[in-house]
Amino acid sequence: MANHALFRPQMTGPQSVTGEKIKRHASPLLNASDGVFADRVFSWAILGCAVIVLAILALIVWQLVGRSQLSWHAFGWKFFWGQDWDPVNDHYGALPFVFGTLVSSFLALIIAVPLAVGVGVFTTEMCPRWLRGPLSFTTELLAAIPSVIYGLWAIFVLVPILRNYVQPFLAKTLGWTGLFSGPPYGIGMLAAGIILAIMIIPIISSITREVLSVVPQHQREAALALGATRWEMIHLAVLRNARAGIVGGIILGLGRALGETMAVTMVIGNRPEIAKSLFAPGYTMASVLANEFSEAAGDLYLSALVEIGLALFLVTIVVNALARFLVWSVTRGQPARGRA
Amino acid sequence: MPDTTAPVAARLEISLWRRIADHLATCFAVSTVIIVLAPLVAIFAYLVIKGVGSVNLAFLTQTPKPPGEVGGGMANAIAGSVLILAIGSLLGVPLGIGAGIYLAEFGRNRFGDAVRFVSDVLNGVPSIVIGIVAYALVVLRQKHFSALAGGVALAIMMVPTITRTTEEMLLLVPNTLREAAYGLGVPRWRTTLSILLRTATSGVITGVMLAFARVAGETAPLLFTAFGNQYWNWRLDQPTAALPLQIFTYAISPYDDWHRQAWAGALVLIILIVSAVAAVRFVVRHGTLGGVA
Amino acid sequence: MGVGIQVEKLNAWYGKTQALHEINLNVQANHATALIGPSGCGKSTFIRCLNRMHETTPEARVEGKIKIGEFDAYEGTSATKLRRRIGMVFQKPNPFPTMSIYDNVAAGLKLNGYRDKKHLDDVVEKSLMSSALWEEVKDSIHKKSGASLSGGQQQRLCIARALAVEPEVLLMDEPCSALDPISTGKIEELIFELKAQYTIVIVTHNMQQAARVAEYTGFFLLGRLIEYDKTEKIFTNPSDKRTEDYITGRFG
Repeated sequence: MANHALFRPQMTGPQSVTGEKIKRHASPLLNASDGVFADRVFSWAILGCAVIVLAILALIVWQLVGRSQLSWHAFGWKFFWGQDWDPVNDHYGALPFVFGTLVSSFLALIIAVPLAVGVGVFTTEMCPRWLRGPLSFTTELLAAIPSVIYGLWAIFVLVPILRNYVQPFLAKTLGWTGLFSGPPYGIGMLAAGIILAIMIIPIISSITREVLSVVPQHQREAALALGATRWEMIHLAVLRNARAGIVGGIILGLGRALGETMAVTMVIGNRPEIAKSLFAPGYTMASVLANEFSEAAGDLYLSALVEIGLALFLVTIVVNALARFLVWSVTRGQPARGRA
Repeated sequence: MPDTTAPVAARLEISLWRRIADHLATCFAVSTVIIVLAPLVAIFAYLVIKGVGSVNLAFLTQTPKPPGEVGGGMANAIAGSVLILAIGSLLGVPLGIGAGIYLAEFGRNRFGDAVRFVSDVLNGVPSIVIGIVAYALVVLRQKHFSALAGGVALAIMMVPTITRTTEEMLLLVPNTLREAAYGLGVPRWRTTLSILLRTATSGVITGVMLAFARVAGETAPLLFTAFGNQYWNWRLDQPTAALPLQIFTYAISPYDDWHRQAWAGALVLIILIVSAVAAVRFVVRHGTLGGVA
Repeated sequence: MGVGIQVEKLNAWYGKTQALHEINLNVQANHATALIGPSGCGKSTFIRCLNRMHETTPEARVEGKIKIGEFDAYEGTSATKLRRRIGMVFQKPNPFPTMSIYDNVAAGLKLNGYRDKKHLDDVVEKSLMSSALWEEVKDSIHKKSGASLSGGQQQRLCIARALAVEPEVLLMDEPCSALDPISTGKIEELIFELKAQYTIVIVTHNMQQAARVAEYTGFFLLGRLIEYDKTEKIFTNPSDKRTEDYITGRFG
């Protein structure tokens, strides 16, 4: 073999470290069980939990579809175009509720979106660092307030303000549009839209914050280096990139508004009518369920209500799925990064 | 940083317009923040102003008086909420944690993806629809409203949040800890429970607390499950009062005294939710030697 | 006393890739055996097959025969039971962060249902002494968490934890590669002491380390065992040219 003079390792052993003799004993675990049975039980138990989650959704679908069959067979698609909700004569048309749900939700969006996006932009792009934490915490706090408390506040604080100041003002200035006519009850579609807006702002603004913070820093720097003002940088480099995600957040807010029950029930007036004016009382799908479900006597009545519940269920699933897809496509599952 | 190729006068003009736009944008953003925070401040202010005077011993210990009479309290509603939340947690928390463990340890497959997807879908279902399902499954079978039905509805609402959080927290535990435990000859189930959950405890508890805080204030799913009750009830199969339900009933009633009590109830509800969250945070921080997240 | 390990015709796959080819090896009882070789040569895969840790990777597959002392490691015994007879120390120290030093050392026993408190106290003290950590931590074994020690101390804690279960074999997968030279020296002294009572297999990137602590050395390359002999022979007069090339630093 070749010369190994270059490599001659030292072969002296290290010094004894403890001076104590290290003695081995028999293992104390010789008779311990190896857990194969327990492992199997455990695996089945948690698999069972996962299966139950699937089963819950299956149960929901089964009950909603099953119990609405009566109404579906009685009215078919006309159920959603009929304007006449008449429990006395057992005739049911759900259009007023569909109308109310859509109008109150879109009104909420119109009010909430500029505000929520503004808050989101401010928090990520313009806010001094020390304020960022407290500000996001406070917007999260808005999301934690229970719906019934929003409703309570709306009845006794928001509605009087609307009745005494806002509605007369709107009637005087914009009454010609037809949207702000009729007696200013305070209670009505406008109140519902406003309280809904307050409730969905936290969702939209938090998603906006998330998608804005994922935009890479170098995009912002590139815009600034070209001589853009801060607003131009936000507009061109940040918002444009995050557009899909913000739309996703908006749709998520819509999903929330569509299903919101208590606060809306407390201020919308609960009258199944379709009117042009926002001052008029209305009714939403969720509200009619809240008000009439527990007293519904008669199988067709109950079935009609369940059918409304089924419709609400399907609509919110589709809307939420769309929203999550949009948000995912922008963030690709990355966690929101704080700005350096 | 103006455009340097244009003549001086034009340069200044462009700059001015762009600067105005910049300032307008900033003003708009700041004003949105103010507009958004105003209702928050207003709500808390009104809760305190209108509620504080009425939250007294009588309110906290008495049951409601007949409609129109002054006085009485919401003691049974507070107790009822505790009962229904306990049932909901007992059903929902183990289920959610179990499903979360499954997703983290065995769930890297199609079935796991399906469970995750369904969990997200469940999260978005309006709470009143869940109330309908609990009604169909429990109330119709028992032939009357009950605390159990209310608990079932709340449990269904808690499961998605707890499942997702548990999965996330378990996945954060470094794989080296799993290997250390397996290397010692610890069976898989023991490893998951004693090592992994132990390490992820604070995160998992946070998830449970989030779910709890969310359902504690829910009214809609209780409307036709627990239904409400003017008296005390501790039985699982009878209608039960709940704080959010009581607030709702009183708020839409025509009686001034009930309005006053509704504010008091709302204040108590918020305080209970916030205290529960704070208490859990405290225990978690000071209870363990420290772990992941 | 430790036991010997006989490996016959061992082949291992990760999914479709074959990581080990026809390994035949006899590890001597109560001696330290070092496994050397360039990155990716299969030495870590090999020792993970010895205590069936490869089974924690979903796509891993093994063929061949491994006998630990008198009994077969694969037929007729569960991985869990096997791993109680074979201890493992990993490259990066991994004490359980939520447990105290005491609980860490006792973990292997407590988590398997062993409850005798007096005996546990003895075992913990003995194990910490065996891993030369007792003097440094004896006042705070209940108070300090396992993660609050220095890197070298953490690794010695992991060794104590492995020893508490009284294994017959100790596997060490590059135990010193994340440690500073002084801690490395302490652990090498430890291995020298331990091998009288246990059978030790140590994977190392550091040829001088292999030369210092091990009586036997095996050289792996691309999933095959190229040469296995007394350490002295491997380093002064290797039979295979590839071994010589690796030893003299021509590659790896």
